[in-house]
Amino acid sequence: MRPGREIMGEMKLGVLCSGGKDSVFACGRAMEKEEVVCLIAIRSENEESYMFHTPNVAFVTLQAEAAGLPLIEMKTAGVKEEELLDLRNALILAREQFRIEGVVTGALYSVYQATRVQRLCRELGLWCFNPLWHTAQEDYMQVLIKKGFEVIVSGVFAAPFDESWLGRRIDLHSLPLLEKYSEQYGIMLTGEGGEYETFVLDAPFFRKRIEIREASSEYRNYRGIYRIVRAGLVEK
Amino acid sequence: MILLIDLCYREDSLGFDEYVLPVARIVERLGFRTRSVHFHAVSAGECSGVKAVILCGTPLADNAFLDEPEDFSWLKTSRIPVLGVCAGMETICRIFGGKLEPCIEIGMTEIRVTGRDPLFPESHSFSAYELHTLACTDPGPMKIIAVSDRCIQVVRHPTKPVYGVMFHPEVRNEWAVERFLSMTRKDGISP
Repeated sequence: MRPGREIMGEMKLGVLCSGGKDSVFACGRAMEKEEVVCLIAIRSENEESYMFHTPNVAFVTLQAEAAGLPLIEMKTAGVKEEELLDLRNALILAREQFRIEGVVTGALYSVYQATRVQRLCRELGLWCFNPLWHTAQEDYMQVLIKKGFEVIVSGVFAAPFDESWLGRRIDLHSLPLLEKYSEQYGIMLTGEGGEYETFVLDAPFFRKRIEIREASSEYRNYRGIYRIVRAGLVEK
Repeated sequence: MILLIDLCYREDSLGFDEYVLPVARIVERLGFRTRSVHFHAVSAGECSGVKAVILCGTPLADNAFLDEPEDFSWLKTSRIPVLGVCAGMETICRIFGGKLEPCIEIGMTEIRVTGRDPLFPESHSFSAYELHTLACTDPGPMKIIAVSDRCIQVVRHPTKPVYGVMFHPEVRNEWAVERFLSMTRKDGISP
């Protein structure tokens, strides 16, 4: 009989982390079931990147520190398909440095993203997990809030989001409005269609929380970015 | 009650969220109750009161279920309708005498229906999500219902209401699960 994972103990996993709610939540889920040994962040210079969410990804370093996890960080020009080579290099580095056996992503519905990461993992002999895959969006958003994830909106890219959403916390007050937008404007409640992006300031597995000390906003025609300029960790 | 069998490498693995829960959500949305059990824990009495069984998929790197065929021997004697998804189809093929060989498909693939069946009543093509490293090259006694350019995509047992689909219906083809369950509702899966 081939040795099962149970026999071999917990699997060492690296979490592909954009700083947004889905990858940080997926990290927490992975921690409940296996051993997360590092975060992996791809910093794209292209704000239209097909694969990698960009606002505030530079501050994943604080999330890693808050979670007590090392971070593998790789820059990419963000050119379609070429950015996969940068991801590939990051995964190879994580495998070499932290002996990861698998990768976790926060993919919910994007076949485009999931397929590319699955192919890379296959090529590199790594397992691939997407614990939020085809999750029930309403339930997920409720759980996210109830479990204490502190999530802010770091970018909006669709109508009817106005400037007031930039930096706004996703909580039990703002969620009903997102649900209304979802019904009336067809946005995906989770923002998976790129309608909005998020950044996580606190999570149940963070030892400290992130405090934003300076930020700036740009907004025009239903598109805007909340850019963190300075931030640090504070006691919870 | 629809029994969902988790084929992942261990009970309560991270794969459960990705391969069992999405199927459970479809089934429950259709008005059925579900129960999930890991394939190691399926006993003879497990299927009592069960209207149909769905054998769920596994992560791409996870073929551990193939090492323990005795855990699926109940399939040979069961008369309950079964739908095997990806790893589930591989299991069904093996149990009923088919053969598997390496065949990788990752992502959307065009599928052509080649055989008439209540699950696929019309000849047509559709696009489906694939995630496998093995495929059934010799289906044994199973009837071939649909194919892709690379491999057999849908099979059915000649005398039992047992189906295997290589694609993942929980991604963009929920209708396949719905149609399978509607057939069980009518008790209408006849050879």
